[in-house]
Amino acid sequence: MTTTAEVAAITEERREYKYGWTTDIEQEFAPPGLNEDTVRFISAKKGEPAWMTDWRLKALKHFEKMDEPDWVFLPYVYPPPDLQGISYYAAPKKAPESLDEVDPALLETYEKLGISLSETKALLGITDAAPAQAVAEEQSGEGSDAPSGSRQVAVDAVFDSVSVATTFQKELADAGVIFCSISEAIRNHPELVKKYLGSVVPYADNYYACLNSAVFSDGSFVYVPKNTRCPMELSTYFRINARNTGQFERTLIIADEGAEVSYLEGCTAPQRDENQLHAAVVELVAEKDAKIKYSTIQNWYPGDEDGKGGIYNFVTKRGICNGDRAHISWTQVETGSAITWKYPSVVMKGDDSKGEFYSVALTTLKQQADTGTKMIHIGKNTTSTIVSKGISAGRGHNTYRGLVEMRKTAKDAHNFTQCDSILIGDQCGAHTFPYVDVRNTTATAEHEASTTKIAEDQLFYCTARGISEEDAMSLLVNGFCKEVFSELPMEFAVEANKLLAVSLEGSVG
Amino acid sequence: MTLATEPHKLDAVIDTSRDIPECQSWLNPFRDAGREAFNRLGWPDRRNESWRFTNLDALKATNFVSAVDDADISANTVGGFAIPELDDVTLVFVNGRFREDLSDAPDKLANKLGTNVTCCRLTEAICQHRESIEPFIGKLTADPDDVFTALSNASVEDGVFIRVPRGVTVDTPVHILSIATETDEPVATHPRNVIVAEEGAHVTVLEHYVTTSDDAVYLNNAVTEVFADAEAVVHHYLLEKESESAFNVSSLFAHLAEHADVHSHTVLLGGKLVRNNVLPTLAGPRAHCLINGLYVGHGDQHLDNAMRVNHAAPDCDSRQFYKGILNDQSRGVFTGRIIVDQVAQRTDAVQSNRNMLLSDDARVNARPQLEIYADDVKCTHGCTTGAVDPENVFYFMSRGLSEDVARAMLIYAFAAEGFGRMELAPVRQLLAAEMIAKLPKAQGLSIEV
Repeated sequence: MTTTAEVAAITEERREYKYGWTTDIEQEFAPPGLNEDTVRFISAKKGEPAWMTDWRLKALKHFEKMDEPDWVFLPYVYPPPDLQGISYYAAPKKAPESLDEVDPALLETYEKLGISLSETKALLGITDAAPAQAVAEEQSGEGSDAPSGSRQVAVDAVFDSVSVATTFQKELADAGVIFCSISEAIRNHPELVKKYLGSVVPYADNYYACLNSAVFSDGSFVYVPKNTRCPMELSTYFRINARNTGQFERTLIIADEGAEVSYLEGCTAPQRDENQLHAAVVELVAEKDAKIKYSTIQNWYPGDEDGKGGIYNFVTKRGICNGDRAHISWTQVETGSAITWKYPSVVMKGDDSKGEFYSVALTTLKQQADTGTKMIHIGKNTTSTIVSKGISAGRGHNTYRGLVEMRKTAKDAHNFTQCDSILIGDQCGAHTFPYVDVRNTTATAEHEASTTKIAEDQLFYCTARGISEEDAMSLLVNGFCKEVFSELPMEFAVEANKLLAVSLEGSVG
Repeated sequence: MTLATEPHKLDAVIDTSRDIPECQSWLNPFRDAGREAFNRLGWPDRRNESWRFTNLDALKATNFVSAVDDADISANTVGGFAIPELDDVTLVFVNGRFREDLSDAPDKLANKLGTNVTCCRLTEAICQHRESIEPFIGKLTADPDDVFTALSNASVEDGVFIRVPRGVTVDTPVHILSIATETDEPVATHPRNVIVAEEGAHVTVLEHYVTTSDDAVYLNNAVTEVFADAEAVVHHYLLEKESESAFNVSSLFAHLAEHADVHSHTVLLGGKLVRNNVLPTLAGPRAHCLINGLYVGHGDQHLDNAMRVNHAAPDCDSRQFYKGILNDQSRGVFTGRIIVDQVAQRTDAVQSNRNMLLSDDARVNARPQLEIYADDVKCTHGCTTGAVDPENVFYFMSRGLSEDVARAMLIYAFAAEGFGRMELAPVRQLLAAEMIAKLPKAQGLSIEV
């Protein structure tokens, strides 16, 4: 909350802003560096109203007083991101001209994942057609013996010429669902954005969320009105890959009373990016009887064998069950990034509300992941479930860190946590740091964790049946992750299976 | 005594020049390093993960003196703190000072423990048996990462030194009884015990902290170093029943060589703010370590338990069982970390922390942690927090027991599981009695142990 004094200070500053506002609006890149000019530039570029600019500036002001937290458990020291060296606003990247320009290794991976050539092209941005269109073409092409009633996925498409997207947009509009970029939402639905933005993750919440609040580039906005079931799965799948959403994504999803929505983020395709630091914020708001299911597959570039060049994925994700019987479920499959540092959380404020977290995190090469969840029980009879599966291979380090908090008001609340880890090879590490905080007698919290190596007898059994060691390994790992995969939307689950197999390649022996 | 009106918080007390006898001066470099570490580390705040849930403001704000004159205490009072039916030898400290007059005489020690066993006060060992103690004292605490360990290093005062030679089994437990009395000003003491069990030796040591008054304010910052050589067996008990106005920090460091076996039993009953560290390193293959603990809080007690079990050699196993029972506004903290080094293949580690809340104002913070760098391991941890199961209470009541008795029995049973792991029956009986005294509405309960 902003105090009157703070508002006065900001107003004063704006009046006295001695450098004036001179940056050329036509300019495509913000000069590297983080300062008030940068923030104003981004805001102006996006044509944001004054309240939005003020909010960003407030965040910036707070950010300048903050220090990077040091509690994260990362055995390999990483060079901190140079926040002054980043350009916080850049035009979309130039796509390669043809497939010949693309690293063959990358193409091979696409092939292994079963991504068709046209889709590959689209994902890499080599196309005259947009990806959504490419998919549409494929669906109508020879392979279309798929049942016509197969689940639809709506993409938050910035390709306005794409017919598929338009069709979906119409269907969504008929249902009253707003699905657009957050920049559009700020312009077209300011009342909703004003009410909810920062209501779950306040701008001062933590170091990277605060940075994001100041300089966020773009992201998705979803509003599902009362008693509406969103007619299709929503996804940022294509948009992220084809266009540069930037490093500071901001997503806001609101399910009003009795509404229901399922949202997919990311995709299995390996994603390369020149931007090393990614600090996204995702906020979910579930009102009374609403349900939000948020699924993520993250496969950013993990860096080379020595961890050089990989992405830093520092994300703040949090949902709030505002009303009674609200339900928020996070599912994540994290295989990419040099460093993953995120804790999708649920605040269960309404009585009988429910939070869930299902996660598979795989670290290989020299990847490091410190990830988990926070379940904050405030309402009566709230329940939460945490299932976390960590897989460490190569020289990867995988850490589960989670908090279960039972407030005094959370009568009869219940939590169940299970986090299992497997280790493949003797150079990796698996760590578990749960925090349990219970403040009332009727609440119960259970935590179980185990760490083992992959069962040799099972491997032996498979190989004795003529299955190659590598396939056997991937079979066992998939079995280990089954509980989580079953929570994923079907298309995602199939891809996730393949993704694990590809990521684990070379881990045997 | 110098100006008592001057502020003399711990920070100041540690820096005042000490009156150290010449024969102890060889330890001064160690003390100086401790002081330097203390200044470097500084007091932990909430940002320090290890102290995140324990607020030291009250401790920091207390004016302490480092020693007081011998308290007037009768042999009768001391006798009251004996553990009934336990055949032991007792060394008595009052307000941190060794009391020869109240302790068992050296010839009794020699008679009970055997003439080749060293068991004496620490300062005597430092002055007269330097060659015997020098290879051990401070070796496990030399590089402190905790401010209280640094403080202890800086302020080595007195304590007990026990050294059991190769192959000797000592049947009689050594009972180190620390009594605190009410003093004009709060006393800070830093007892240090050094226990050395040579190859194949067996020894049992009890550290027992008691008080004559629940109004007594003081700090007991105890450090115990245990060296268990190959095949050695060391059983260590910490029975803490300090004044409910006092601060207690106890740290048990243990170094286990090949096939050594160390059992640590801790029971926290008293104290206003208690921090209990158990820090074993399994340094030799096939070593075994049992860490068994119970913390029972009421009023506004704060009981913080921090375990760090380091598996540094292959084929070792460790077992941790900690239970908490918290009533009124008390708060329990459990942090258990198992670290498995890359060399520690085929480690088998189990950790369990279970808590029972008896009041809505009580609070538990549990952090069971695994940090694993080896792949061929079996590590599990479990952690639960809840109340007395109403179904169980109902079952007891349907058999004709009153609700109070039913609840008391269930709470007692919860705690008693840990007593069952203790080898010394008299200690189990004493704890059962103490538990019943502390449980609400359990006074009428009589339980056979």
